Amino acid sequence: MFDKDRWQEIFIAIKQNKLRSVLTAFGVFWGIFMLVVMTGSGNGLVNGVTQGTANFASNSAFMWTQNTTKPYKGFRQGRWWNFNNRDMEIIRDQVPGVDVIAPRLQGWDVSQGENVHRGLRSGSFTVNGDYPAYNLIDPSEMIHGRFLNEMDIHLRRKVCIIGERVYEVMFERGEDPVGQYMKVSGVYFQVVGVFRTLNPNIQLGSNKSESIYVPFTTMQQVYNYGDRVHYFGFTAKQGHSVAETAEQVMAVLKNNHSVAPDDKDAIGHFNVEEMVRTMTYLFLGINVLIWIVGIGTLIAGAVGISNIMVVVVKERTKEIGIQRAIGARPWTIVSQVLTESVFLTTIAGFIGLSLGTLVLHGVDTALTHSQAAMPADEQVFFTNPEIGVTMAVASLIILVITGLIAGLIPAQKAVRIKPIEALRHE
Amino acid sequence: MDNSIIRVETLHKSYVNGSNALHVLKGVDLDIRQGEMVSIMGSSGSGKSTLLNIIGILDNYDAGAYYLDGIKIEKMSETRAARFRNKYIGFVFQSFNLISFKNAMENVALPLYYQKVSRKKRNMIALEYLEKLGLREWAHHLPSELSGGQKQRVAIARSLISKPKVILADEPTGALDSVTSTEVMEILKEVNATGISIIIVTHENEIAAQTQRIIRLRDGIIESNEVNHNFSNEVSAGVLLEQR
Repeated sequence: MFDKDRWQEIFIAIKQNKLRSVLTAFGVFWGIFMLVVMTGSGNGLVNGVTQGTANFASNSAFMWTQNTTKPYKGFRQGRWWNFNNRDMEIIRDQVPGVDVIAPRLQGWDVSQGENVHRGLRSGSFTVNGDYPAYNLIDPSEMIHGRFLNEMDIHLRRKVCIIGERVYEVMFERGEDPVGQYMKVSGVYFQVVGVFRTLNPNIQLGSNKSESIYVPFTTMQQVYNYGDRVHYFGFTAKQGHSVAETAEQVMAVLKNNHSVAPDDKDAIGHFNVEEMVRTMTYLFLGINVLIWIVGIGTLIAGAVGISNIMVVVVKERTKEIGIQRAIGARPWTIVSQVLTESVFLTTIAGFIGLSLGTLVLHGVDTALTHSQAAMPADEQVFFTNPEIGVTMAVASLIILVITGLIAGLIPAQKAVRIKPIEALRHE
Repeated sequence: MDNSIIRVETLHKSYVNGSNALHVLKGVDLDIRQGEMVSIMGSSGSGKSTLLNIIGILDNYDAGAYYLDGIKIEKMSETRAARFRNKYIGFVFQSFNLISFKNAMENVALPLYYQKVSRKKRNMIALEYLEKLGLREWAHHLPSELSGGQKQRVAIARSLISKPKVILADEPTGALDSVTSTEVMEILKEVNATGISIIIVTHENEIAAQTQRIIRLRDGIIESNEVNHNFSNEVSAGVLLEQR
């Protein structure tokens, strides 16, 4: 494999034209460098976005009421209406595609001003009424205690779970909050857990770390919401599309509330599945763009290599002629040129790959430092810029192929040199 | 005829340059026997270089026939031509044509490299040949560090290493002074004495006079093909000069 005579020629050629070799190799170096840095950055973006959303149930949708836009069954248009407990029952009964359903109350009117008190501490936090099922759609992890459970709902217990920020404001550092009481808008609740959301990049009406979740039934009774449901989320069963299930749910709701079946604006809704799909296409688009630009730069580099190899062949016309005269086969000459081209490309590319990886590592380190210095609830959309081993291997393969292609034209030129013409060349 | 190493029959070759065809060889017949030392003379444009290129399988011919060691040489693939050159023919050029970045030993060993002889073995053989030519101590010098005569001796060693049947020397002394010329000719004669045929293209009468047969080419045909009875005789050089 290692043929000293062949490598001797390559090293001599490179050594004799250091500047030219370096400048030529720079094209390929830059191509791979760009490809690595851009792919890494693209991955960083994808990581950043998906890290803050990955745990959110992607087969879910949310719905809320809006003013009707069509008159129907004697009702005027622009009527305000609400979902209620019965709607939830009917959806469970009549729409087979619904897996879990989580009605929610958003306590806007009980979240005004300094609404939460505990001893000398007080703060302003959002209050939500929730079912345990909510944790299946927008999962949280528990730092202390437990999530809300069915018994809390059933017995309308005055218990609550609180976000991280609530814990920080209302409790001493290191204090066990479980079993402690807090006054929330005039009513005492016993804290049973502290949660940390797994999806900090998806916000529904409020910052989750500054929220207090109380049992849905308790909230309806204590704060006088009757049988109202402000909005709800549901997931589709496996094999059911979220969009179709949402259509069925909306039909049921409109029927229940005498809303025109063709009134598209009476129910607002948000389909996570579609959002995820959009994001997937967006990321795909970014990736395609990166590869087009990266490969394009690489091709420019390869053209440079090809160009310089043509010059090298021309310079060596006489040598090639001598070699041919004393018995070198065309293949010997071709493989010589190709080896040189691949060698130059691979070395340049390898440096590009290494430097690109180094830059990504630097950015990663800087990001980690700046994140540590940021406020905890700051949203981050860029983390872990990196390229995988597959990418590294793939780019090395691309390099070798690029080198081969770049060497092809010069090699052909070298073969076409006739020994007599070369020897006449003085 | 049996021991003929190179046989050329009514060889024609013309170069087409745009609409003009230049008829360089107009029916050349030649027969060179094994172990002969022949010189080909002629003014520039007489076709002697073209003839040498065809004999060296560096160029092909249009009509006629060419037999090398009894094998008909026709239009063939470059790979085959390279093998023939490597096996049968050794080249010695006017401008030495050594590879500048290889030392003397590596230059001599190069034909064996194309025969895929291992590096160690071919370098050993190369040293033997350099030894024979008295260049052993120059084996690791680059061509740029050698004198003209030394370079030509390296080139001769290179042409010999593949044990060819014929050595084609194109103006082997053209770039050398008279003393080194004599030296190189002595070497070529010694080589010839081992049974290798030598064809020397030259325009110097002193050189031609040292060969067994002198072939004169003129305008693409052989003008004269005479045995040099005074082979290796210094005096005859002057006689030949007068004849001309």
